[in-house]
Amino acid sequence: MKTTEIAVIGAGPAGLSCAVEAARAGAKVTVLDENLKPGGQLFKQIHKFFGSREHKAGTRGFRIGEQLLSETEKLGVEVLLSSTVYGLYEDRLIAYIKDGKDNTLRAEKIVIATGASENALAFPGCTLPGVMGAGAAQTMINVNRVLPGKKVIMVGSGNVGLIVSYQLMQAGADVVALIEAAPKIGGYGVHAAKIRRAGVPIFVSTTIKEVLGEEMVEGVVTVELNEKWQPIEGTEREFEADTVCLAVGLSPLTELAWMAGCEFTFIPALGGHVPIHDKNMETTLPGIYVAGDITGVEEASSAMEEGRLAGVAAAESLGYIDAQKAEELKQQIWARLDALRTGPFGEGRFSAKLKQLNSRRLLA
Amino acid sequence: MTQKIGIIYQGFPSEQELAKAPGVPSDERIKRGPVAFIECVQEIPCNPCEEACPYGVITVGKPITNLPKLDEEKCVGCGTCIAACPGLAIFMLNGSKQKAEISFPYEYYPLPEKGDVVDCVDREGKTVTEGKVLRVVKSPKYDATAVVTVEVPMEYIKIVRSIKRLRRS
Repeated sequence: MKTTEIAVIGAGPAGLSCAVEAARAGAKVTVLDENLKPGGQLFKQIHKFFGSREHKAGTRGFRIGEQLLSETEKLGVEVLLSSTVYGLYEDRLIAYIKDGKDNTLRAEKIVIATGASENALAFPGCTLPGVMGAGAAQTMINVNRVLPGKKVIMVGSGNVGLIVSYQLMQAGADVVALIEAAPKIGGYGVHAAKIRRAGVPIFVSTTIKEVLGEEMVEGVVTVELNEKWQPIEGTEREFEADTVCLAVGLSPLTELAWMAGCEFTFIPALGGHVPIHDKNMETTLPGIYVAGDITGVEEASSAMEEGRLAGVAAAESLGYIDAQKAEELKQQIWARLDALRTGPFGEGRFSAKLKQLNSRRLLA
Repeated sequence: MTQKIGIIYQGFPSEQELAKAPGVPSDERIKRGPVAFIECVQEIPCNPCEEACPYGVITVGKPITNLPKLDEEKCVGCGTCIAACPGLAIFMLNGSKQKAEISFPYEYYPLPEKGDVVDCVDREGKTVTEGKVLRVVKSPKYDATAVVTVEVPMEYIKIVRSIKRLRRS
């Protein structure tokens, strides 16, 4: 059976950052990913990132992905692609399928960095071709260079909805309108301002009533919502559109952590059920760590920091980093994570993550 | 439904929000010559503008959610910060000539060309006037963000913030 010291499941920003940190310390690291290419969602992020210099602010996301990949290569990290992990068993045994064949991998430490998946929304017409996740549309335009449609309605004003609207216009589509059920815009105002001055109207307290069309999306009827989130009769608006993108949140991809037997806590602000972990990102199962969106939906910058944290902690537990050095590194990473979780947009996540850490303490 | 004013409702900063923003220079300063105009009104964790300024006149400090503060007296209007802002929220205004010059980041293809007469839009994307393209600066340092400068009648100096996207042929 194949063995490794640290197995990382998921080659996105969290997984790759974790692999780099652990391999730099000297550990033997194997990363598994179900996709044909590593990088997770980083390679479709063509916008410049926020944060500070340590977070690589001002650098376009895909370039951060390129840097991470070249580091993993230099450090000799083994990356197994087209490798779908379907099971975690006792004594850290990983079962995965590669090239149609069953394989197993035994690791001394496992880091689960599986990310999150897009939420769906149900409305009349939601199964028509042309209704898709905003992330799917972003993959089409920025990775595969295919325009999903010419006239788009975006649903959801979080940063995903705002950024993908902008990128759809960069790709040559028109965004007819962005609608948001909440009474205010959820994402950063600067992202909203970019699409507003490009002529995209944003309607808050508004949702989809129905999508029109026989074989595909031909139009969208929206309706305004009152303070109790109920439709207000007579406020319907009809838009001509061929594409509806849903940017209505993400849910952590937690199946493997459940299967392994990690204990969970329910924190809506983080996307629902999330595995409980300590300040080392270690779950309630010794030797099993989590990092990135699986621990609660945030964004790529904090996913990378959590990955580094798990990488340092896992390498330390294998004796590759002494306790003092590890403590120093972890404190630096925590300081950077805290910086990303401040201000009106970060405070909620800061207290949610604190609650998650506290539930670990309560168990102990 | 009455429209509520402000960035969280409309998606662009209101006059009141801009008046309070520490990155917005005074009218008097704008009249004296080119100066950065930072439309950053929400405390988000971000500070590349601070490092981008070669003259050190933009301060964010710690925590990095502080709003960027512009030292308008020391700003020379070089425009380096425009492409450095990941939020595309920094503009440059020059109110010292007969016509207003407005520089803004632009990331759509095709790019306008120097001398083109283009539709200039306000923060809601409404065409408010025609303008002439004075410069289109592309630099490897800007990493694919072009900085476009248009000339418009002076009354639009606080209004025009971009141009209408040009159609692909």
